[in-house]
Amino acid sequence: MSEVEVKTSIDARGSFCPGPLMELIKAMKQAQTGDVIEVLSSDTGSAKDIPEWARKMGHEVVYCEQAGDHWKIAVRKAR
Amino acid sequence: MPRRIVVLGGGTAGTMVANRLARRLTDQIRSKEVEILLISNTEKHIYQPGYLSIVFNEQAPEHFIREEKDLIRRDVHLIVDEIQRIEPEQNRVLSDRAEYPYDYLVIATGSRPDFGSVPGLRESAHNFYTLEGAIRLRDTLAGMKRGRILITVDTPHKCPAAPLEIALMLDDYFRRRGVREQVEIKYTYPIGRIHALESVAEWALPRFEERGILHETFFNLERVDPERKAVITMDGEEHPFDVLISVPAHKGAQVILDSGIGDGMGFVPTDRHSLKMKGFDNVYAIGDATDLPISKAGSTAHYQSEPLIRNLVSRLRGLPETAVYDGKVACFLENSLRDASFIVFDYEHPPKPAAASELLHWMKMAYGEIYWLNVRGIL
Repeated sequence: MSEVEVKTSIDARGSFCPGPLMELIKAMKQAQTGDVIEVLSSDTGSAKDIPEWARKMGHEVVYCEQAGDHWKIAVRKAR
Repeated sequence: MPRRIVVLGGGTAGTMVANRLARRLTDQIRSKEVEILLISNTEKHIYQPGYLSIVFNEQAPEHFIREEKDLIRRDVHLIVDEIQRIEPEQNRVLSDRAEYPYDYLVIATGSRPDFGSVPGLRESAHNFYTLEGAIRLRDTLAGMKRGRILITVDTPHKCPAAPLEIALMLDDYFRRRGVREQVEIKYTYPIGRIHALESVAEWALPRFEERGILHETFFNLERVDPERKAVITMDGEEHPFDVLISVPAHKGAQVILDSGIGDGMGFVPTDRHSLKMKGFDNVYAIGDATDLPISKAGSTAHYQSEPLIRNLVSRLRGLPETAVYDGKVACFLENSLRDASFIVFDYEHPPKPAAASELLHWMKMAYGEIYWLNVRGIL
């Protein structure tokens, strides 16, 4: 994980609506192919939602791990 | 010289902040210790939740429009001007015709749907996020007796509940007109459930199923083909429509983009608790203009205005800033043309939709009238 260069980190802790995944989609639109976007989320559902969305859209999940009271999930934009 | 607060933006957030500040600072304004300038780029003030009522011809457009000057206290200076540049290092904002220095700035420049965000969208899609769009959609629906309606949603957008509401209201609207069986309503959403909020998705899904509202998730728009009347999604699939109702991705105000103070979409980097623009102690951001990961909605602006105003008033009195924004948002959810639910949540507490009732619907309608008192800073 330490070798990954995170281009943008989104602090979506406490975000219920629109929610961490919607914040990630917003950031992905602004990112370049190859960029890694990290999301911090206090919602356990994100650990399932975000990888599911990323796989469906063909992006790579770099890591998805618990860090104390929140989750850290990083996605690399594939196209 | 009075200390000057410039409030930039005459929408819900800006108007409410200017009026409520003036109410709290009456003596200081009278003694010329403080002055409040509200700079708006329009003379009209529109109650945007009214767009849904316009679409279903429940109210006339003019019901939701007031003159901004009629909403502003006499001790607030209202200036109608198009600000071209915000220079926080210089403590000033500039238009083509004037320069406005400030001691404190409140950025309330809002957000707007970006119809250029997806190729073909501008030419093909109806919308209910602009006054003109709501009127045009009203006229299209009024003449519709059969066909396919496709609803698409992109992110970020204001009023996150509105796409669900319009689907449920369309169902009721066509049932009342006796043509529901000839009209297909299909709702789509970018992520793996029908709303970002899990509890709201769970609330809405059985309603969709019992009313025959079709739904598709992981629906991410790539382009629209106006000739063939079809939407093409990122997975390459084609989805035909007769009427496309689209909620486009929103961006921040042009002045934020032009001033280089926002993120790539023109939203102001904002501290989630103090509501200060990051890096500047005397600049605050409120409402849709912020980059905070919370709902872009009038209630958000309302709840943000409370700590923001308390802190500004404290500063002007030489006191420390002690008020904190806790992420509170409240939102009505229309369940049909005649009943509604309600949610409230903050950074720590997820929402639980209330049981839908006619009473909540009428409370929503009543709030539409009370709004004009609220935005004057009277409530």
